[in-house]
Amino acid sequence: MALKNYIRERFFPHFWCAGCGHGIVMNGLIRAIEKLGLSKNDVVMVSGIGCSSRITGYLDFHTMHTLHGRALAFATGIKLSRQELKVIVPMGDGDALAIGGNHFIHAARRNIDITAIVMNNRIYGMTGGQYSPLSGYGTMASTAPYSNIDQSFDVVELAAAAGATFVARSTTYNVIEMAEMIQNAILHKGFSVVEIMSQCPTYFGRRNKLGDAVDMLKYMNRTTTTIGSQWIDEDQELIEIDSEAKEEQLKIERGIFIRKERPEYCAAYDEVIRRAKEGK
Amino acid sequence: MQGGLDKGNPKLRELVINRQWCKGCGVCVAFCPKHVLELDDKEKAVVARFEECICCRYCELRCPDLAIEMPLLPQYGPNDLSA
Amino acid sequence: MKGIVKFVQGNEACVEGALYAGLDFFAGYPITPSTEIAEHLAFRLPKAGGKFIQMEDEIASMCAIVGASLTGRKVMTATSGPGFSLMQEALGYAIMTEIPCVIVNVQRGGPSTGIPTHVSQGDVNQTRWGTHGDHSIIALTASNNQDVFAMTVEAFNISETYRTPVVLLFDEVVGHMRERLVLPQKGEIPIVERLRTSVKAGVDYHPYLPREDGRLPMSDFGGVHRYNVTGLYHDMWGFPSDDPGVVHGLIRHLVDKIENRTSQLARFKDFYTEDAEFLLISYGSAARSARHIVERRHRRGEKFGLLELMTLWPFPYDLVKQKAAGARYIVVVEMNTGQICQSVRLAVDRPERVFLANRIDGVLINPTDIQRMLHVIGGKGV
Repeated sequence: MALKNYIRERFFPHFWCAGCGHGIVMNGLIRAIEKLGLSKNDVVMVSGIGCSSRITGYLDFHTMHTLHGRALAFATGIKLSRQELKVIVPMGDGDALAIGGNHFIHAARRNIDITAIVMNNRIYGMTGGQYSPLSGYGTMASTAPYSNIDQSFDVVELAAAAGATFVARSTTYNVIEMAEMIQNAILHKGFSVVEIMSQCPTYFGRRNKLGDAVDMLKYMNRTTTTIGSQWIDEDQELIEIDSEAKEEQLKIERGIFIRKERPEYCAAYDEVIRRAKEGK
Repeated sequence: MQGGLDKGNPKLRELVINRQWCKGCGVCVAFCPKHVLELDDKEKAVVARFEECICCRYCELRCPDLAIEMPLLPQYGPNDLSA
Repeated sequence: MKGIVKFVQGNEACVEGALYAGLDFFAGYPITPSTEIAEHLAFRLPKAGGKFIQMEDEIASMCAIVGASLTGRKVMTATSGPGFSLMQEALGYAIMTEIPCVIVNVQRGGPSTGIPTHVSQGDVNQTRWGTHGDHSIIALTASNNQDVFAMTVEAFNISETYRTPVVLLFDEVVGHMRERLVLPQKGEIPIVERLRTSVKAGVDYHPYLPREDGRLPMSDFGGVHRYNVTGLYHDMWGFPSDDPGVVHGLIRHLVDKIENRTSQLARFKDFYTEDAEFLLISYGSAARSARHIVERRHRRGEKFGLLELMTLWPFPYDLVKQKAAGARYIVVVEMNTGQICQSVRLAVDRPERVFLANRIDGVLINPTDIQRMLHVIGGKGV
């Protein structure tokens, strides 16, 4: 099967837990790249540290497994050096937005043609379930045994405010939508961000009594909706499950939020070279 | 997606489950609209009702372990997910 | 040596050397006293078709050059102490993944923000052990513009040869001092180009399998060989491994490829050291004052010699031991609390002969300072 053309089969079965959403993201990512018909030699994948970042080892591209939070900085060097390469950066939520938050907003601000995929499972899985900047107020984590008081980022709003020119969100439940968004993000000329809500049944699910992978996928299905859909006031079942979150009874929206044109960084630098050579 | 077929899909050649890779999370079983799949006593996915499969491919696309393949009969062309 | 003569700062001499060596990618962040390097490269690099980027911090700068190097570029960043501290993480990554790059640290006084516009040589030991874990590092230095140029070229050549980061440890005085620089003509100083693999597409390529001579031919990202790069201990394909044999083999390789070449890597200048009774050992801007003293005392017929170190790491223990063998007094002149002095004591027989002549107040140690200290050391009072 074609999917196997894109993986390093000798490392399978992969090291993620049973039901881990990151495997579903990898599944969708491969299908997106396959659909685009990209040559494997033209794809560079750069990751940081964490469960999510192990994805690079499993995929048969030019792969770089870097430092916690720094993947976008390495990727910026690669892209600016060889702009003909497709540079994809899969990151975890802590990786992208805690330790890597500064690199994230600055890569967005430059609008450099890199695709950032935030695999958001709302927890630090590799280290055993500590709260991340996307865990959210009221969640439980090994470092929030009395319930988390940290507010979370909204990745979509953050990326948009920072200047990303393509911003989308999907979930591991909505697999076809997710693969299509990744395709669109890769095709987009500029900094593209796809947040993929993903499940960690081992830590986030267990500590927050969200059940197993199947339950968590169902939960994501219930609590998200396409852009512009209804409030969920009437969804009694959800209100019971997530009574802490009653204050914010909006379903989380999925879809493409931002898609616009702005000068891309590498193309702009080509202009700098032209001006420098003309002595202007 | 499934073209309105409610019983079986003549396009499908076989439904292959890689038992070495399957971790038995049950995602494929839970979301199969036709209850084609089950977990066996080793907690591995198995095809229980092949003839019911409508080839929606959600099991293949949602498998976190990349353990499910759905090769089509050759006359139905390349293995494309945009069914 | 003939060529274009310029009157420039040390930081500009470094820029000239880097461009001569083939630099085509620079990422950096403004910091005194190194900023002129970034400013000049922002102007010069695009003219040559190279790329310059000002990153969001020094962490990102260091990461960006490592990424760029992997695509086949010759890369550099420049900073000073506080920024160098931030770079330690990715410096370790470059060591582990054996990616060539050059890092310039124009030293100022520390710790912390310290004394930004004044000179110090306080980062010598940080350069050696700043990043965590066992490793080895190469650090070069210089005391004048011509040597800044030459050592910058050397840094690129050594970095490409051994696939390892090389640190150029300059200081504020060297970086900001203006003096004559003669630009060598093309070809006058040999340039080492990156060793690329001859393995054809479709044939198994081992990015981390050293050849018999210890060198690792590279394949650029975007080329025909797809492999993995990781800061984890890794096998010859670049995939993570915790096999004790693999781990041991890699750490030995990383350390040995540098430590076993200590004498080959030793760059230095010596002045009247053969029969010196007073041997001064110095480097960077401090060596200019030391040389002034040595020349003056030598002219008076006194047995004064100077060993000017230009390779600080790996520390040339054998060289120092040999040069110091006959000296009655060994005086290390530096602007810190004795960071190289410590290594000199380890290198020589009878370390009680080793004395430190230093300044740690942000002021360049001058010949008078050294003169006074020599009086004291020689038992002649102040």
